[in-house]
Amino acid sequence: MADALSADVPAGGLAVTETTKGTERLHRAIFIGLAVLVAVAPFVAYPVFVMKVMCFALFALAFNLLLGYGGLLSFGHAAYFGMASYVSAYTAKNWGLTPELAILSGTLIAGLLGAVFGSLAIRRQGIYFAMITLALAQMVFFFSLQTPRFTGGEDGIQSVPRGKLFGLISLADDKALYYVVAVIFMAGLLLIYRIIHSPFGQVCKAIRDNEPRAISLGYRANRYKLAVFVLSAALAGLAGSTKAIVFQLASLTDVHWSMSGEVVLMTLVGGLGTVFGPIVGALVIVSMQNYLASLGAWVTVVQGVIFVICVMLFREGIVGVISRAIKRPL
Amino acid sequence: MRGMSEDIILSTSGLTKEFAGFTAVNGVDLKVRRGSIHALIGPNGAGKTTCFNLLTKFLAPTKGSIVYNGQDITRQKPAEIARLGLVRSFQISAVFPQLSVMKNVRIALQRKRGDSFDFWRSEDVLKSLDAEALRLVEAVGLSTFADLPAGELSYGRKRALEIATTLALDPEMLLLDEPMAGMGREDVERIEALIRKVSANRTILMVEHNLSVVASLSDRITVLARGQVLAEGDYATVSKDPRVVEAYIGSGVGHAH
Repeated sequence: MADALSADVPAGGLAVTETTKGTERLHRAIFIGLAVLVAVAPFVAYPVFVMKVMCFALFALAFNLLLGYGGLLSFGHAAYFGMASYVSAYTAKNWGLTPELAILSGTLIAGLLGAVFGSLAIRRQGIYFAMITLALAQMVFFFSLQTPRFTGGEDGIQSVPRGKLFGLISLADDKALYYVVAVIFMAGLLLIYRIIHSPFGQVCKAIRDNEPRAISLGYRANRYKLAVFVLSAALAGLAGSTKAIVFQLASLTDVHWSMSGEVVLMTLVGGLGTVFGPIVGALVIVSMQNYLASLGAWVTVVQGVIFVICVMLFREGIVGVISRAIKRPL
Repeated sequence: MRGMSEDIILSTSGLTKEFAGFTAVNGVDLKVRRGSIHALIGPNGAGKTTCFNLLTKFLAPTKGSIVYNGQDITRQKPAEIARLGLVRSFQISAVFPQLSVMKNVRIALQRKRGDSFDFWRSEDVLKSLDAEALRLVEAVGLSTFADLPAGELSYGRKRALEIATTLALDPEMLLLDEPMAGMGREDVERIEALIRKVSANRTILMVEHNLSVVASLSDRITVLARGQVLAEGDYATVSKDPRVVEAYIGSGVGHAH
């Protein structure tokens, strides 16, 4: 005991703060690099393509918040993405809402839907949780299919006006719209980064690691799980709403279960439980869909092969592998 | 002893747990005195762990009641009794494997803030807890590992970390589920000293197999066998009880360790 008491605390303390500082510096550098990259991207790449990547990256980031940091595998995240996309498209087209309000409405509805579905799903754990989220998302799909007055049924909601931001700045031009999407993406990323590194995020990680232990410390685990579920659903909604404005389209594809699968794929390929992994994952998957489009149905096969390779060789995803190599959380 | 003003912090009456066709705990009346170290022992399958899980609310009793500090907690949820100051440890070392050793302890200290739903705030607000977390980490001899993910610690060190985490809550009563299970001799001595040290101003109820630890630490011992209380008293009394000796030999376990 005496030995234990004489151990060197300052040394231990210093070690902790130094690593955290180093990691913080690295993350700041990545953020700045990413901001620069996003700013110059429309000059070197096709803006609509980059916007698509950013929308899906935000979607994957939201999903990763739930699975990577909350330990909850939702297999129905298309419901929040797709429903928000419909709400955003509908309000922009039929109510004439400005794009920022349309996007906000979609986000709020997705959060609300997340609160209802989440409170049902968190009563069960593991695979049962995943199955409930999938079943509820399928209900949303059939609702979308059966209410053509709202969703346009098989046609979807087409030619959604991009409108004028705050009623002032026209977004008809791709470049103008691009920077709005870039701001939404960066803001979403920063918010998620903050959530992960907040006191709330600490508790979520503890629950993910060992739920019974977190409960025995007095944390009401279910409330935290619901809170992170709602945040994730709302952010997935933000991605879906923005996507509807960019492509001027909301369709059944957005609520289909394969969309839920795609976001799982993006997150796993990029690196589950890493901050930046989902962005890389989204870039890889969206690029494949775009540039291999000429292969037709073979895209799915190529995607499948990549997924298998990822699971076999880099189980931690692209960013996960890099993070391990440099021994720093990314 | 009896008749003197007994200050009971935790008591059960007729505590019973039935699993399909099997009674694991059968009408247990337990009284734990405030400020004492109380051990729950018994051969394998005696119902110690079930009893423990009933007390910590991780299982719901079939019959009977549990009173803590004059409050009926029979139907309370596990997180709620932790908030009342009754905190448990786990038999399988329960750490948060991906969090650093220091953060494992800090997550318990964070409970002082009440609920932490503030997702918009930076975790820098928790920095004020770091010093105390490191002090607790040091107290269990883990200073050099403060920055390591808890999952990478050896078994004995995980147990030590778990105790530090539990102590961080400054609980009024500690329920320890086999604190020495799977530990090497050196670790046993250290944890034993630690338990004795933290027992000041606290009540401890522990399930433990290591009888030498039980003998040196406990003020009072309850022996369970086949889900029922077989004997109760201090170590000298209990260890001479022929029923206890028979129960241990009969189970083929003997005086383990």
